[in-house]
Amino acid sequence: MNIYFDNNATTKVDSEVLEEMLPYYSKFYGNPSSVHDFGRKARFAVNKARSQVAKLLGIQPEELIFTSGGTESNNLAIKGYLFANPKAGRHIITSEIEHHAVLNPCKELKKQGYDLTVVSINKEGVVNPEEIRKAIRGDTALISIMYANNEVGSIQPISEIGNIAKEHNICFHVDAVQAVGKISFKTKEIKADLLSLSGHKINGPKGTGVLYIRKGIKVKSLQQGGHHERNIRPGTENVPGIVGLGKACEIAKKTLNEEVIYVSNLRNKLYLGIRERISDIKLNGCLEGILPNTLNISFAYIEGESLLLKLNKKGINCSTGSACTSGSLKASHVLRAMKVPSHMIQGSIRFSLGKYNKEEEIEYTLKILPGIVQQLREMSPLYEGIKEDGI
Amino acid sequence: MEYSKKVMEHFENPRNVGEIKNPDGVGRVGNPACGDVMKLYIRVKDDRIIEAKFKTFGCGAAIATSSIITEMVKGKTLEDALKITKKTVVEALDGLPPIKMHCSVLAEDALKSAIEDYYKKNSQ
Repeated sequence: MNIYFDNNATTKVDSEVLEEMLPYYSKFYGNPSSVHDFGRKARFAVNKARSQVAKLLGIQPEELIFTSGGTESNNLAIKGYLFANPKAGRHIITSEIEHHAVLNPCKELKKQGYDLTVVSINKEGVVNPEEIRKAIRGDTALISIMYANNEVGSIQPISEIGNIAKEHNICFHVDAVQAVGKISFKTKEIKADLLSLSGHKINGPKGTGVLYIRKGIKVKSLQQGGHHERNIRPGTENVPGIVGLGKACEIAKKTLNEEVIYVSNLRNKLYLGIRERISDIKLNGCLEGILPNTLNISFAYIEGESLLLKLNKKGINCSTGSACTSGSLKASHVLRAMKVPSHMIQGSIRFSLGKYNKEEEIEYTLKILPGIVQQLREMSPLYEGIKEDGI
Repeated sequence: MEYSKKVMEHFENPRNVGEIKNPDGVGRVGNPACGDVMKLYIRVKDDRIIEAKFKTFGCGAAIATSSIITEMVKGKTLEDALKITKKTVVEALDGLPPIKMHCSVLAEDALKSAIEDYYKKNSQ
C-alpha cells in the first residue's frame, strides 16, 4: 500500500485536468499574443480558464491575473500593492502563522523601511480580529491574513477581518491557497481586495496560480516585460498550466460540497481512531475550526521525523510539523505561535487528506500507527521517565 | 535531505536499544526543546566497555548515531573509547546530511558523559 496523506503540500493532478492540458503542449501550442489561428486557439483557452476560475471565486474574469503559483501571487499582492500605492501608507499588518510566502516578503519590506505588525494568535491557531483592529494605525496600508493555515488547518475569521479592513479603508489581502477547494466562499463576501490561489493544491498543475485584484485596486508589476496580464504580470502565458488550473477550478466548484463531506468523514475517522488507540496525543487546533482534510497531531515522548520515516517505510506518506525535515532546525513557527510545548512540537505530524484517499487507507493507518508509536516510545528516554514516575 | 543507506539501516534496526540495570556509567545529553535527548548506559570491566545500551528521543539521525556508537565502543578500553569523535561517528555512518551533523555531537557528548560518570563513581 502506498498512501498519500500530504495533500496540503501538493495534490495529484486530476486525470480530467491532465487530459484537458495535453493538447496545449502538442497541438495548440500557439502564443496567446499571436494573431494567427494558433494564437487565437491559445487565447481562447486562456480566456475560458479565466472564467472558470472567476466562477469558483465569485468574481469577474477581468479581476484576476495568472501567476506561477501561491508564492508569486502573495509577493505580487503585497509588494505590488504597496509599490503602486505609496500614499496608502507604510504600515503592514499580518499574523504569526502566515506562510513564509507572506511573512518573508513582509520582512523584506520591513528591511526597506516599511513598518510591520505581526499579530499573535490563540492556542487554536486563530487570529483575534480585535487584535487586528488594535494594530491599525493612520498609516496602515495593507492587512494580509491567510484564510486557513497550511500546517494545522485553522480557519481564520476572515469576513470579520475583511469588515474591519473595509471600515478603515485598508486594502485586505487573503492568502487563500489552502482554503480554495476546501471551503465554500465568495471572494466578495469576505471583502478581500486581493486573494491568492494556487493550482497544485486543488488537483491542478504545479507552477500555476492566480491573484485576484478587485476592480479599482492598483497593483504594480514586479517584473518588466510585455503587456501580458494587463501589464501586471508580463511573460508569455503558461497556456497548458492555465488550462489545467481552469479545469481544476471548474471541478472544484462542481464537487466541493460532496468532497468536503467525504474527506471530513475520513479525517474524523482517522482522528477518533488515533485517539482511541494511542494515549498522550494532542490535536493541534480544534476539530470544529480546522480544514476538513487536515489533522495535525502531537505524539508525546517521540520525535516527528522518526515517526515519519517509520510510517513511510510502511507506505504511509505524511509530513512533519517539526522542522527537522524541512531543512531548518527551528521548530514550526505555527506550533510555536500556538504555544504548543516544545517537546510536543517535536512530536507533531500532519495528515492532510484528499479526494483520492480511501477508507481502507484510514483503516490500514490505524492498524499500523499504534505499534510504531509504541516502538519509538519504548526507545525514548522521555517515556521511560514517565513510566518511572508512574504517570 | 537524504540519509545514507547505513543511517537508514541503523534507524530501522537499531542495535542495543534499552537500559542497563545498575550501569557503571550513564550519560544523558540534549533536551526535548532542541529535539534530541540521548541516554547512554555502559558496563565496564577492567577499564574496558563490555556493554553499551541507549535510549534516544530524536530524529532518524539521532537514533542512527546512538545505535552505531554503542557498537563502536563495545570492547574498547575507556581510553580508546574517548578517542571516538563526532567525525568518526559520521564516517562510520557513511556521512550525515549537513543539517543533521549536530546529532553526531550528541552521540560523542553522551559517550563522554557516560565515561565521566563512570570515573566519578569509581574515584569515590
